[in-house]
Amino acid sequence: MADSHATAVDTAVASPQLRHHFADMEQQKNAASLGMWLFLVTEIMFFGGMFCAYLVYRTKYFNAFAAGSQQLSIGMGAFNTAVLLISSLTVVLAVRAAQDGKRKQLVSYLVITVLLGLTFLGVKGVEYREKFEKHHVPGPTFQFTDTFDDNGKKIPVDAQHAQLFFSIYFVMTGMHALHMIIGCGLFTVLTVFAWKGHYSPGYYTPIENAGLYWHLVDIIWIYLFPLLYLISRHS
Amino acid sequence: MSEHATSRGFYVALGISLLVLTAVTVGAAFVNLGPFNPVIALLIATIKATLVVLFFMHVKGASEKMTAAVVISGFFFLAILLVLSMADYLTRAWR
Repeated sequence: MADSHATAVDTAVASPQLRHHFADMEQQKNAASLGMWLFLVTEIMFFGGMFCAYLVYRTKYFNAFAAGSQQLSIGMGAFNTAVLLISSLTVVLAVRAAQDGKRKQLVSYLVITVLLGLTFLGVKGVEYREKFEKHHVPGPTFQFTDTFDDNGKKIPVDAQHAQLFFSIYFVMTGMHALHMIIGCGLFTVLTVFAWKGHYSPGYYTPIENAGLYWHLVDIIWIYLFPLLYLISRHS
Repeated sequence: MSEHATSRGFYVALGISLLVLTAVTVGAAFVNLGPFNPVIALLIATIKATLVVLFFMHVKGASEKMTAAVVISGFFFLAILLVLSMADYLTRAWR
């Protein structure tokens, strides 16, 4: 026990990335990981508040939410879901490449991840443009004349309630997109560092923690997609 | 220092199953299941999120045991937020 600890310290001393207040690299890595998870919990609570607002108004104005949801493009939403899931896969493969010390592989997975993130944002931009053209952006020019189709019965929808759906849609997807923009910036910086050879099998914590962030943003979208795009699609 | 017992093939298979689950969600949304449509959609989303948390985020097999405690407490507090808020809003009409 004492021996193994001593060797851990000895090998760690050689590592330039070890901060003086940690005993060894493993302790430093665990502390960084725990700190990252605590941050992710604050992110869960942050988005949780918005999910709660969504739930409250969806139960209250269900018809307006269903009619609003039917204005969103399932094709683009599903495509973006697939893009994000694939990007999560490339992130996890990047972490794996870093663990194996394969620098070129690491750089290419990071680049693919950034490109997939930008693809997501591009599709989101196209969707937002469509909302502006249809006057579905909340504000003085908001217009909504669609009806809720309840098994062939056309029920008129209060435009104010539909505006609430689109407000929640824009706030939630907007905050999510902001997180994606930050993630793309983060991964661009990591790509440069990875290219310069900053990471090794003994030190790849930044890749791993940025990966955790990326996966969380992915998980939020996993919930946003069915909740916003797929309300009452049958009929 | 072979920390990962997980092969690349496993990750790719997981990625493909996540894509399949997405297709299932979209398909299920067009079938009229009455009140179970949102239940199925949320169930599939939760399965996907659990797979991502356990395997992509390496919570399963994490060397730091505190990680699992933090993750569980995070979802616990989220549950408090959602369940208590909805318990209020959904019962306001009861007199």
